[in-house]
Amino acid sequence: MSAVSSSPSAPLPGSVAGISAEALISLRADMLRFAHLQLRNAEIAEDLVQESIEAALRHSSSFAGQSSLKTWVFAILRNRIIDHLRTAKRTVTMSSLVADDEDWQENLETLFNDKGHWRDGPRPASWPNPEESMQTRQFWSVFETCLDLLPSNTGRVFMMREFLGFESDEICVQLGITTTNCHVILHRARLKLRGCLQSGWGRPGDGTC
Amino acid sequence: MLNCEEATALCSEEMERPLRLRERMALGAHLWICKGCPNYRDQMKALRDAARAYAAGQAITTEPGDAQPRPDGGSV
Repeated sequence: MSAVSSSPSAPLPGSVAGISAEALISLRADMLRFAHLQLRNAEIAEDLVQESIEAALRHSSSFAGQSSLKTWVFAILRNRIIDHLRTAKRTVTMSSLVADDEDWQENLETLFNDKGHWRDGPRPASWPNPEESMQTRQFWSVFETCLDLLPSNTGRVFMMREFLGFESDEICVQLGITTTNCHVILHRARLKLRGCLQSGWGRPGDGTC
Repeated sequence: MLNCEEATALCSEEMERPLRLRERMALGAHLWICKGCPNYRDQMKALRDAARAYAAGQAITTEPGDAQPRPDGGSV
């Protein structure tokens, strides 16, 4: 926590080349939520966020200001998380994949009838205006909740793909699973997320299913 | 003919790799007659956009009116 002030010769936090330490600290909560969603480990999330804030202060001169500070700092954080995932190779055990699987059949049966067609409740209705919704805090809080509700391996794979931009081939290698498996996991994640978003936000006031 | 369960799987698959001709045609035919799956497919794209925006730090976490730090959060 106090690492920022531990180097006597460094310019003191407050304002470094146009970036104020306060501005960075104010982004901390958002950074932590992001890191935690992806890593599901409070300690590692905390460390990577701290390192990112320190790196941002150290390299503040490279912040050119064309993007928002938050966008810039999130890019630093994403890179830290990518490095962490690449080095801390963690394979997904078969048993945990099976555990993720267990509620899957049930989940499918709530979505599709025995012919594999949408049931009435879950059938996707059109989302009136996604871009506009993305400008509201409500949308993002539902979004975070839905990601958090994904089974952990499913969430890990989805976020590696969509947050960090890993190609699915690399995810397979990192996690020691087959491409087919990886695609199946991504499909499940998307199906679940979509349903969750729709019930949480897509059709306010229409609480079917 | 694909059912919706298979069509949704292809909607995800096409975000990972180019579909084969036969898959594209089957999906196209299904989307033509299905009420739910075209929305599903659009929403897959919206979901990807949202995830990318979120990861780029573009999520809105404060309302325009409440730009203040938490009043109880000590001095800043």
